[in-house]
Amino acid sequence: MSETQDLSHFVRHPVAGVAAMDLVVEGVHCGACITTIEKGLARESGVRGARVNLASKRVTVEWSDGELKPEAILDRLSSLGYPAYPFAAANLDSVEAAEEKRLLRCLGVAAFGAMNVMLISVALWSGAADSSAWATRDFFHWLSALVVLPCVAYAGRPFFDSATKALRQFSFNMDVPITIGVTLALALSVAQTLQHAREAYFDSAIMLVLFLLAGRYLDQRMRRRTRDVATNLAAIKAETAIKLNADGEARETPIAAIQPGDLVLARAGDRIAVDGVVEEGRSEVDQSLVTGETAAIAVAPGAMVYAGTLNLAGALRIRVSKAAEGTLLDEVNHLLERAIEQRSSYVRLADRASRLYTPVVHLTALSTFIGWLLIGLSWQPALVIAITVLIITCPCALGLAVPAVQVVAASAMFRHGVMLNSGDGLERLADVDTIVFDKTGTLTLPQASLANRDDIAPDEFALAGSLALASKHPLAKAVAAAAGATDPLAAHEFPGQGVTVFHEGKRLKLGSPVYCKAEAEAAAVAALWPDASLIAFRGPERAVVFAIRQAPRPDAAAVVAGLAREGYAIEILSGDRPEAVGKVARELGVARFSAGLKPADKIARLKILREAGRHVLMVGDGLNDAPALAAANVSISPISAAHLTQAQADAVFLGDRLAPIAEALHIARKAKALMIENLWMSAIYNFIAVPIAILGYATPLIAALAMSGSSLLVTGNALRARKARARG
Amino acid sequence: MNVLVYLVPMAIGLGAIGLIAFLWAMKTGQFEDLDGAAWRAISDDDLPDDENKK
Repeated sequence: MSETQDLSHFVRHPVAGVAAMDLVVEGVHCGACITTIEKGLARESGVRGARVNLASKRVTVEWSDGELKPEAILDRLSSLGYPAYPFAAANLDSVEAAEEKRLLRCLGVAAFGAMNVMLISVALWSGAADSSAWATRDFFHWLSALVVLPCVAYAGRPFFDSATKALRQFSFNMDVPITIGVTLALALSVAQTLQHAREAYFDSAIMLVLFLLAGRYLDQRMRRRTRDVATNLAAIKAETAIKLNADGEARETPIAAIQPGDLVLARAGDRIAVDGVVEEGRSEVDQSLVTGETAAIAVAPGAMVYAGTLNLAGALRIRVSKAAEGTLLDEVNHLLERAIEQRSSYVRLADRASRLYTPVVHLTALSTFIGWLLIGLSWQPALVIAITVLIITCPCALGLAVPAVQVVAASAMFRHGVMLNSGDGLERLADVDTIVFDKTGTLTLPQASLANRDDIAPDEFALAGSLALASKHPLAKAVAAAAGATDPLAAHEFPGQGVTVFHEGKRLKLGSPVYCKAEAEAAAVAALWPDASLIAFRGPERAVVFAIRQAPRPDAAAVVAGLAREGYAIEILSGDRPEAVGKVARELGVARFSAGLKPADKIARLKILREAGRHVLMVGDGLNDAPALAAANVSISPISAAHLTQAQADAVFLGDRLAPIAEALHIARKAKALMIENLWMSAIYNFIAVPIAILGYATPLIAALAMSGSSLLVTGNALRARKARARG
Repeated sequence: MNVLVYLVPMAIGLGAIGLIAFLWAMKTGQFEDLDGAAWRAISDDDLPDDENKK
């Protein structure tokens, strides 16, 4: 059977006659890799150019259309030692990238304006504003206006646009007071300049825009980087399926290009990549990734199989069905919609602060105006003082307080192997007091390993390993891996039963306990390892039974104990059998666990917890966990999780260890503390600056110093999020 | 102080050149791969070697 991969789905045509493809490349991390890849690809005939992006770990290759098959590029890259995975950039990607570029452009313009106005302002502050030299002062003011007005008109647009959008919907956001503050400051300055007055606030206005844009840009950049990482991971994980064309030809095709109604082949030992109905073949299917149930179930023509399940025994031909047709998926999707609807709307810290802050500021400015009028000042100077109050209080440090911490905390998490999917996930993680784990694939490793190695003699073990190499069955593979076998025996496989060989005058068998006539031994082993799958080996002298189970992650016990010590309530909710869950729970020292739960049961349990006022972190990987992840306050998935599940999680962690979860919680707590600290710092700054402004003593110099001082303080404080310690 | 009339606009003009350079750099994607650029500076693929002769 010839198998070629169909990549046409990923090829772009930027110009007629030129084809291009974007690839995610594994293992690129230095200059030498760039040279190797770019030169290596350039040597391929037909390639017009290749460009490595080291920051995003991607390569863009262009070639003359028709001269080269895209498959050749993948082959070339893997022969160079860099496995590559094609990906189709989502539309969302380019929107986010465009927004980031726009903010950076605005930031550049604002920085230009601020720098040049400072040049003039320093002169004004240091004496040019004295009354004797009014002509020079006016000249400087007009020059400032010339620089600042167009710069703010351009660079301030992100705020103006969002403010008008909010006002049109009769709502209020942080950008409304910003827009009002900046506009009033500029209007006041122009009016002051026209009247040859001493003070103008052009520099304050542009500085405000600059600092706020910096915060906005950091926020956007973090969001795009996390999305980039997520896209890369999706591309690396992107499964392919073997599609059978009408003429019987088998082609390896990316899942994204498979349509409902296609016929797909799943070989023994393959992960089934699609949802569908079995047309031909009989096999056993391991559904642990989908339901959490570790015991395999038998399938025959007409049975429904799900993406993510493992085909254990024989080849299956599967007719792909629409996602909605499956009963289980139907249920999951249905629950998911409901859970998302009911998800408690979390109000971000920054929004809460601005909701509190905005009315206070505007009331203060208004009462300052009225107060000075009552004291007897004419309306014009009273208005000037009121507007300076607005300028001084404009939420400059407030705009940086949260994004600066987020950026630092997100990169700290990234170093520990945790990737944030959502910006406010950080804040929600910090509030967690209860952690609910799924068992299969989350507390345990997604791959099965041998549990009862000590019961097996070394020579039997080696022989069984060599025999196991001949089989594609996942249990046999686990035995072969555990034995470290390298030279396979030329065995004969009976699909669904086992493998056998005549070796040194003896018949050896490896397969189901029934096939190896080892039912008695199997019963004994099953009593010891209730959560294991069994595979038997009939050796030269006796039969042994291997217990293959998904072992707990290597540091699971330590991490769970550590989290419990820190005061988190820990619970296990699993879809697996009670005996299997109980064994793992005892091993990890978790007292509260429930087994045999359906997705709806998990949500019900989470609802009880939430109604009791708990903030729940759900950690899960299975398709059956997706609704529960959406229903929890915040959620984390391992990288091995099902696609749908990962999309619901607020964060994803890498690797076999569970420690990143504890680390993420520490960092999130520290980050939240720093955010609150930062918000207080900007509040305290206002307590000091506002009375000065109300009394009418705020000069442009004081405004500039106060603004940059508080912004620097807040940014410096945010850097402390890099180091986080465990609690308690 | 009349010297200011052309000195200050000149300063702003120089700043504007910097801004234009920045906008040009953005447009041509100079900031797309900040990590890679650091390595490309020290790569020697502009030197002729036996594999890369044209």
